[in-house]
Amino acid sequence: MYKKNYSSRKYVIISIFVIVALLFLIKLYFLQISDNNYGNSANNLVLRTITEYPQRGKIYDRNGKLIVYNDAVYDLMVIPRQVTNIDTAEFCSLLGIDTAFFKKQMKKAIHYSRYKPSVFIKQLSKEEYARIEDKMYKFKGFFVQRRALRKYNIPIAGHLLGSVGEVNHRDLKRDSYYTRGDYIGKSGIERFYEKQLRGTKGSKIIQVDVHNRNKGSYQNGKYDTLAVSGKNITLSIDTELQAYGEKLMQNKTGSIVVIEPKTGEILAMISSPTFDLNLLVGRQRSKNYNALLHDTLKPLINRAVSGTYPPGSTFKMINALVALQERAITPKTKFSCQGPESKPIRCTHHHITPLDLNEAIKQSCNPYFWNTFKSIMNKPSFGGTHNAYEKWYNDIRSFGFGQKFNTDIPFEVKGNIPSKAYFDKVYRGSWNALTVRSLAIGQGEILITPIQLANLAAVIANKGYYFPPHFLKNTDGSDSLMNKFKTKINTAVKPKYFNVVQHAMREVFSKQHGTAHYYEVDTLQQCGKTGTVQNPHGEDHSLFIAFAPMDDPRIAIAVIVENGGFGSRWAAPIASLMIEKYLSGEVKRKRLEKRIMEGDLIHKH
Amino acid sequence: MRKRDNIIANTDWFTVFLYLILVTAGWFTIYSASFDNPDASMFDITQRFGKQAMWIGLALLLAFTIMIIDAKFFSAFAFWIYLFVMLVLIGVLLFGKTVAGSKSWFQIGSFAIQPAEFAKFATALALARYLGKLNININELKTKLRAIAIIMLPSVLILLQNDTGSALVYFSFILVLYREGFSGIFIVLGLVMGTLFVLTLLFGKLYLIAGLAIITVLGIWLSRKLRKNAKTVVGIFILASLFVFSVHYAFEEVLQPHQRNRIKVLLGMMHDPRGVGYNVNQSKIAIGSGGLTGKGFKQGMLTRYHFVPEQSTDFIFCTMGEEGGFIGSSLLVLTFMILLIRLVLLAERQRSVFSRIYGYGVASVLFFHFMVNIGMTIGLMPVVGIPLPFFSYGGSSLWAFTILLFIFIKQDANRLNVL
Repeated sequence: MYKKNYSSRKYVIISIFVIVALLFLIKLYFLQISDNNYGNSANNLVLRTITEYPQRGKIYDRNGKLIVYNDAVYDLMVIPRQVTNIDTAEFCSLLGIDTAFFKKQMKKAIHYSRYKPSVFIKQLSKEEYARIEDKMYKFKGFFVQRRALRKYNIPIAGHLLGSVGEVNHRDLKRDSYYTRGDYIGKSGIERFYEKQLRGTKGSKIIQVDVHNRNKGSYQNGKYDTLAVSGKNITLSIDTELQAYGEKLMQNKTGSIVVIEPKTGEILAMISSPTFDLNLLVGRQRSKNYNALLHDTLKPLINRAVSGTYPPGSTFKMINALVALQERAITPKTKFSCQGPESKPIRCTHHHITPLDLNEAIKQSCNPYFWNTFKSIMNKPSFGGTHNAYEKWYNDIRSFGFGQKFNTDIPFEVKGNIPSKAYFDKVYRGSWNALTVRSLAIGQGEILITPIQLANLAAVIANKGYYFPPHFLKNTDGSDSLMNKFKTKINTAVKPKYFNVVQHAMREVFSKQHGTAHYYEVDTLQQCGKTGTVQNPHGEDHSLFIAFAPMDDPRIAIAVIVENGGFGSRWAAPIASLMIEKYLSGEVKRKRLEKRIMEGDLIHKH
Repeated sequence: MRKRDNIIANTDWFTVFLYLILVTAGWFTIYSASFDNPDASMFDITQRFGKQAMWIGLALLLAFTIMIIDAKFFSAFAFWIYLFVMLVLIGVLLFGKTVAGSKSWFQIGSFAIQPAEFAKFATALALARYLGKLNININELKTKLRAIAIIMLPSVLILLQNDTGSALVYFSFILVLYREGFSGIFIVLGLVMGTLFVLTLLFGKLYLIAGLAIITVLGIWLSRKLRKNAKTVVGIFILASLFVFSVHYAFEEVLQPHQRNRIKVLLGMMHDPRGVGYNVNQSKIAIGSGGLTGKGFKQGMLTRYHFVPEQSTDFIFCTMGEEGGFIGSSLLVLTFMILLIRLVLLAERQRSVFSRIYGYGVASVLFFHFMVNIGMTIGLMPVVGIPLPFFSYGGSSLWAFTILLFIFIKQDANRLNVL
């Protein structure tokens, strides 16, 4: 029987083996060498980056009293991509939410990112966290992130401390440090010192198994970084004085700014009405924030730095100082006053005439300061009103008016000192001292902020210089922040010219006919000046600036009570009580204190 | 002693060496894929790697036993062995234990054995014995049908156990039949049918038939040779069209849903990396993340944290891909390729037809496992649950492959005694 030999078919069979092996090698080459995505996919499956949040820096007052600290809460986070096969019903009942809420939150998270964590439920309490902690492993893609919420020891100084809230879209875009659900200082000190307070986030890479259980750190923590706590900050604020000021200002609109003249440190800054920062913490934050935002009294506005007012009579002293410096008058110069008949500005007080500078400050005599202003504007050596005005303008600005201090004061505005160019434009070049006469008595286009006014008090207390007002007393470690606050700024007016102004301001308290004589306290050596500012919208604003004690000033203050009438009625007693509180530690004038605290200018209409 | 009686001298130690390499590498890979405690002993028999060590020890004992048994035993008792194993396969259908949907295990105490694994060498023996008869004429239809029946019987029995993967292995004997003189048409036909099957699923039957019609018409029009045989060409077209029509039916009605889905995933008709495509997707990520050099022994994160299912059994190749990288995995592929080629060369040097056919049977079975198992882990084959020979965890498969291979090594060592 013939049998055909098929042994050459071994080559076909061997070829099949070789072809399959080669196909495998080619496919392996593509999988393992030319395509790098698999490495990332593997990392996505196994590695989880856990952000370690640093402790936000605490805030202390100048006496080391703790004002702001942290309390732990827990955010339930979700990474949508990792959510697989979870029992939604069990999940919802565990957390006490309904499926509609579940779907809404998932949609939101997916909209933000499938790969990055989003907050699913904000701020669970310790108790809520304890309840779900053990069962979290069942729900792949969800984890709990510990966060710190701000806590306030004393509900004061809302405006200047500012609140902390979740980052918004703009923050995320501006600074890649933040991820969704992070907290950021929204206003005030919290915002200004955000970088110092927030610290540095750390990250830990861990490995998880297919059931999302933690299997320990990746490569022994080679790529991990530790969180660095935020720096603690000590503010110049005196919490007792701040709290006292807020009490005095309750039911009034306006502000108090208190500065330590020798350093420029702000001892207290009150804007009334104020708000309790505790309202802006936690899950109710946005609801409360909206309520505050739409309150007709605008409690969120920090009137101390964003409110602008004409300075009124308090401005007269600057005019006097500039006139002295520019030798337009001397302390002995006398002008006559025709009382209410005076032209072009009438006098609102009754006093002897003619009167000198000392008397004029004490009596706040409008005609005297009109004449003073005119003397500057018309001084022959300046060569014309316009040049004189320029000179005056620069001297005024050297007191800090018409510009920001640019320290750590949040939401500060410039106010306004009208420039020569402005008048040239408005009056088409044809104007003189008479045209702008309102400036003589601090009315007209001039607008100042309460903090600028307080700084004026500090300048007078210091006889001619100031340190830019600021809040920071010190931070842990770095001093570089402080340097710019330590620059002494001299005004254009020489110290010797301040003597007469100080003396007159002292007599505002000490002399029988001084406008604040009623609030004189022997031991305090208060010096002050009232202001009553015309207000087209209603009753005059009550203004007062003061410093004390005269020999060695430790406190400078400005008070503005909107629609408070005469300066001597509300602003002066408030300033005087603040001075007493700060210098004596205790207020003895209980009746006065009671009258002020109970005074209600808001609800009387 | 005559040279031809010297077993040690006549044993093909190169094949034994490749076997030992694969078994040892497999053991280490299983260790890496299943250890929980990094300090665990390789011989801790409470763990898979420890058990595998035990299976390997017993496998070597089996191999040694086979080497000292008279070579003629296997050809003499081939049919009896086949018959016995077929009875066991029927027995397992009646008394077996169901694991993961397949009724294919015998449970003896805490010890489970899978008879289907042993049917492979039995079938190879029976086929070799039948076609190795001196007076057989392979060209007779009766012979062909009998040979096919020997192959199909265990396949059908295993299919009844619902172990489709193991049943498919018997298709590999086509290579043996081809070598022994069956027409190559079977292989070509298989390839054409496979291609038509895939194209039908991808493009739909109507487009495909339209395409085939255009090719037929163009062929007849342009080629004189085809025009002469127009009837045949049209006939082939009609058969192909009928096949295409039947594909749809077969796909929807014959295949089980999970099998359909695995094919759809493979062909990219379905994207479901968390459901049906999960295994393959995770497997590709694990292999792909290995890069050129791999992450190192015991360093595969996906392997360690169980991201790849079945990673010490059917998906063991992933661990090699992740930890050994391109270098490790391609060395493994090449080792298998060299072993397969070596087996073909050994088969061809046999004087006895029985030994040659058996040798081809061994190579074909190993090749099928190699192709399907590695192919599925890298996404070139649908997921079919069959082990990687010598490598995957499991006593039954390791012993069965060891027996399969060493019977042939014994035959080869004895080749000089065959007249």
